[in-house]
Amino acid sequence: MVPHGDLTVLYFAWLRERAGAAEETVTPPASVSTVADLIAWLRERGPRHAAAFADARLIRCAVNQEFAAPETELHAGDEVAFFPPVTGG
Amino acid sequence: MATVRVQTDDFDVGAEFAALTAGRHDIGGIGCFVGTVRDGANRLAALTLEQYPGMTGQALARIVAEAERRFSLLGCTVIHRHGRLSPGANIVLVIVAAGHREPALDATHFLIDWLKTSAPFWKKEEYADGTAAWVDARESDDAAAARWARAG
Repeated sequence: MVPHGDLTVLYFAWLRERAGAAEETVTPPASVSTVADLIAWLRERGPRHAAAFADARLIRCAVNQEFAAPETELHAGDEVAFFPPVTGG
Repeated sequence: MATVRVQTDDFDVGAEFAALTAGRHDIGGIGCFVGTVRDGANRLAALTLEQYPGMTGQALARIVAEAERRFSLLGCTVIHRHGRLSPGANIVLVIVAAGHREPALDATHFLIDWLKTSAPFWKKEEYADGTAAWVDARESDDAAAARWARAG
């Protein structure tokens, strides 16, 4: 769980455009313990977040700048980034 | 000692090549790849590459360290640009130096495949008609990178 803690959430590429923000600090309830929980909670925050997270298959995540999975556990103070599949090179 | 840079500025392939090989007599093969902004349909105005400051540089350094270990490289330079680039502009440079041609060519291929699928960059195309679109990831790129995972 995320005990009494804030998370810094970052958005990149079209997730940033849809969410309408590059960064936000959120304080999810204690029931949010994993990346998947956080996505489900963020999706309910408003229409922009709902649009950003509409297609879960196109969402990738990093926690504290390491690639993460839906089941990755979150801790207070974590930096959680959401982005589409990468297209560098 | 590898050189890894994420920058907005262009790079000079000749200068980077010279810096990597100066004074070295132990190198037998050098592989080089330059990725550029392609405008196949002649409708692209610009390509913007977005990065994740902090994570992108670390991810590149980790991929380069893996290549150095796996192919016993004698030198390696990876430079990846971000920001708004014009058609024809350089995007990415990979130069690897090894004892022989095979590890040099294999490491070049390995690095560019992994950069495509694992480096946190996102491309947005702006078109001459004023519209824009984010580039979709290609399954063929994932398949190319997966070959290396299987090769272990």
